[in-house]
Amino acid sequence: MTELRWNPDICAACETVDCLEKCQYVRYSPEQARGERDRLIRGEETAILTDCVTCYACEEYCPHHNHPFYLIVERQEELGIHPVPKPIEKSQVLMMGPKGRIVPEAVRTPVINLCYFPMMKGAIRGRLLGDASVIVGSDIFCNLMFLHFARNSTIRERLPQMIRNIMTHYLTPGGVDELVCYHDECYGTYTSWAPAFGIDVPFRPVHFFDFLNRRLEALAGQIKPLGLKAAYQRPCSNRLCPETDAWVDAIFEKIGVERTEREFDHGNALCCGGVMEAQQRFELAESNRERNIADMKASGATMAVFNCPFCFFTLAEKAAQAGLMPVMMSDLCHMALGD
Amino acid sequence: MNDIHDELVRIVGAAYVSRAEEELYLYGRDQGVQPPGRPDYVVLPATTEEVRRIVLLAGENGVPVVPMGGGLVLSGLTVPLKGGIVLDMKRMNRILEVNELSHYCVVEAGTTQGALQAYLARRHPALKHSVPDAPPVATIAGNVAIHGSGHLSQSEGGFHSEMVTGLEVVLPTGEVCRLGSCSTVDKWFSRAPLPDLAGLFLGWNGTTGVITKVGMKLFPSFPLKDVLMFMTEDIDAVPEVISRIVSTEMGEDITFFVTPKPAYFDGFQMTNVHIVARTPREMKLRQALVRESVQPYLDRKEAGFLPLPAHMKVNLLAAPQKSLSEFADIRKGGGFEYVGSIMPVESIPGAYRAGLGIAARNGVTYSMGARVVGRGHAVMFYYAFPFNRADEAELQSVRHALEAANRAALDLGGIPWKTEVAGQRMILARMDPATVALMERLRALLDPNGIMNPGNWEVAP
Repeated sequence: MTELRWNPDICAACETVDCLEKCQYVRYSPEQARGERDRLIRGEETAILTDCVTCYACEEYCPHHNHPFYLIVERQEELGIHPVPKPIEKSQVLMMGPKGRIVPEAVRTPVINLCYFPMMKGAIRGRLLGDASVIVGSDIFCNLMFLHFARNSTIRERLPQMIRNIMTHYLTPGGVDELVCYHDECYGTYTSWAPAFGIDVPFRPVHFFDFLNRRLEALAGQIKPLGLKAAYQRPCSNRLCPETDAWVDAIFEKIGVERTEREFDHGNALCCGGVMEAQQRFELAESNRERNIADMKASGATMAVFNCPFCFFTLAEKAAQAGLMPVMMSDLCHMALGD
Repeated sequence: MNDIHDELVRIVGAAYVSRAEEELYLYGRDQGVQPPGRPDYVVLPATTEEVRRIVLLAGENGVPVVPMGGGLVLSGLTVPLKGGIVLDMKRMNRILEVNELSHYCVVEAGTTQGALQAYLARRHPALKHSVPDAPPVATIAGNVAIHGSGHLSQSEGGFHSEMVTGLEVVLPTGEVCRLGSCSTVDKWFSRAPLPDLAGLFLGWNGTTGVITKVGMKLFPSFPLKDVLMFMTEDIDAVPEVISRIVSTEMGEDITFFVTPKPAYFDGFQMTNVHIVARTPREMKLRQALVRESVQPYLDRKEAGFLPLPAHMKVNLLAAPQKSLSEFADIRKGGGFEYVGSIMPVESIPGAYRAGLGIAARNGVTYSMGARVVGRGHAVMFYYAFPFNRADEAELQSVRHALEAANRAALDLGGIPWKTEVAGQRMILARMDPATVALMERLRALLDPNGIMNPGNWEVAP
C-alpha cells in the first residue's frame, strides 16, 4: 500500500500554520491552530477533522508543499470520521466504481481525458478541439473526488488500475505519451496526489488550459474577440495545481474576455457548495453560493465561466437567475471562434 | 344474442359496439398475470343516458356488465370473468366544470388523468389535481373507484376516493343517482353534511353500479418545486424518518423506494420529499424544516440528503413518474404486475423484508416502495414485478410472488389494494363475518340481478 509522503518535522516546525490560518471555513486563533496542527501530527482526534469542508485550499496555502489536506483526509479515514453521511459515501463508492466496460479504441495525439463526465463529450468539437481523441468513463476515472469522503484508500486502490487502463487501452497502442486533462481533478491527481502517494504516472499530464492556450494561439487569426466581462469560478481541485490559474487570464486575453476583479477568486476562491451539501451543511452551502454569485454580479461580469462540470451543475441555475450567463471555458473559446 | 347486439347498436351506434375477435381478445385481459376472460360485447357509451339504457338491457337479459376506465389496474378487475359487456367509458371524457373559488372540478367518468392535468395547466394554472403515478390514460373515475392515491395524497387529504366531492352513478337497476351536495343543489363541493352514500361505489370494483361523473377536489399549484432525497441504510429507521418528515407538514408528496438496480441504490432506502412554495424564501424555510426534522440522523452520519443534479430533480418532480413505467418494461415481453397494499407506516420494514424473501424465492426482479397517504396515516406499499409474458415459467413465478405478497400484507397488518379475485377472497376470509354479510346484503339490494362485474368481492366463486 502506498503511503503519504508527508514530513511531520516540517509541520512541527511551521511558524505560520497557513493551512489552518488561511482557511476560509474555520476561525482558529493562532494558538488553537497550532494545537490542531500538533494533534494532526500525533494522529489524534481534533476539531479540524470534523470542521473541514474538504475544499482542498490548504494544499495551496502550505508554503512547504507538505500536503496538509491529504493528511487531514488520512487522519479522517484512520479515525473513522465521515465528512459525508455513511450511506451516501457507500453509494458513491459503488456508483463511481470501475464498471469494467472499457472498449479499446485507437487514439492519436492529442488525447483528451474527460474523466467521468461523458455528458461533456459535446465540448470536444470544432476547429479548436475537433481533431482530439477523447477517453472517458468509470474505467479511467481518477477517483480523486473521494478526498471529499475521507477515502484516500479508494483512490489508492483504484488509481493504479485506472492508469494501467489508460496506458494499455489507449496511450501505448496509440504511441501517445501525453494526456490532456479536461478536469482539474485529473490533472491534480497526476501532478499532485499520485506523486504524494508514490504512484508512478507513466504519461505527461497536460492541463486543459495549457492545451487551450496553445490551440488558441495557433488559431489566433480566426478569433473574434468577445468583448465580454466574465467571472471565473475556480474549482477546488485547481488548488492542487495553482500555477495553472494564470492560464485563465492568458485564455481570456486571447478571446477578448476580461476576468473581472472580485473578492472570491484566485487564492480566495469559494467552493461551489456542492460538496457542502453532501456534507449536509446546507446553510453554509447556500450562503457560499449567494456570496459567490453576488460577488460575480458586483464585479460587473455578464458571464460566469466554469471549468469543473460539477461546479457548473451546482451554480449554473443560480448564476442564470442572477443574470449571469453560465458557460464552460471550452464553450467560451468555441464562441470566440464562432463554432 | 343478436337481439342484444342490435339493441346495443341502437343505444350507442354501430361504431361503438364491437364483437370483433381482436377487440374481444384485447378487452379480455390486462397487462398483469390474471387469466384472461372473454367478453361478449365491447361497448363505448357517450352519455349517462346511454349507460342507463345499457345497464337496463343487461339487467333484463342477465348479462354481466364490467365498467372499465383506462384498463390499467393490472389485477384483472376489468377482465370479464363471466363474459358479458365490457363498458369502456373513454368516450365520456368531458371536463364539465372547474370551480376556481371552491377548488373542485366535475368530470365525466372517462376523463383521463392526462387530459385533466393538461386542461388545468392551460386554463386554470393556479389549480391542480392529485395525479397518480400511472400512465396519463388512467381515468379519474377508475382511480377513485379503486381507492387510488397520488402526488397530493400525503398533503391534501389521503386517497383519491377521499378527494371525491360528489358522484353521479347509474345503479344496476337503471336509476341515475347523484351523491353528495350535487344531489340537493347544483354544486359539487362536498359529500358532507349528507348521509355519505359515495362509499357504496368506492372500492367495490364496479360491483355496485357504474360511475358516470365525478366531482374532485382541486388544490393550489405553486410555482416553485423542489425534491429532497433522504438516503438511509437501515430499513427499520424508515418509519421514524417518514413520521418526522410528515410531521413538519412541509412536504407535498412523500414517497419511499428501494431497488436492486442500479447497484449504487442496492441496500439503501430512498425517501423522496417533494416541496412546493410560492417564493424562494418560503422554499428555503420549508427545506430547512424538513432537514431539521431528521437532524439526529445527520448528526450520527447514519443518513443524509443526497445532492441531486438538476436533470435528476426534473425526473423526480414529474407527475406522473415515468420511472415505474420504464421499470415495467425491464424484462421486455409486455408483462407487469404491480401489487399494492395499504398498511400502517410501521409495517414498512416487515413489508420490505417480506418482499425481498418473496422475490428471492420466486426468482423475480422487483422494485418496492411506498407513498405516504394522509399525514402519515397509512402508506400504499407496492411490490412491482416486471415479467416476460412469453415465458410461462416466469408468469407462474410472478403469480406465486403475487399471492405471497398479498398474504404477507395481511399478516403484517395491511390490506391488499385493488387486488385480484384470489386476493379479494383472501381478504374476505379474514374479514369480520358481520362485515362480509353487510357487503353481501348491500350488493343484493343494489344489484338484484347480479350483473355488475360478477366474480369480484364474492366469498364463493
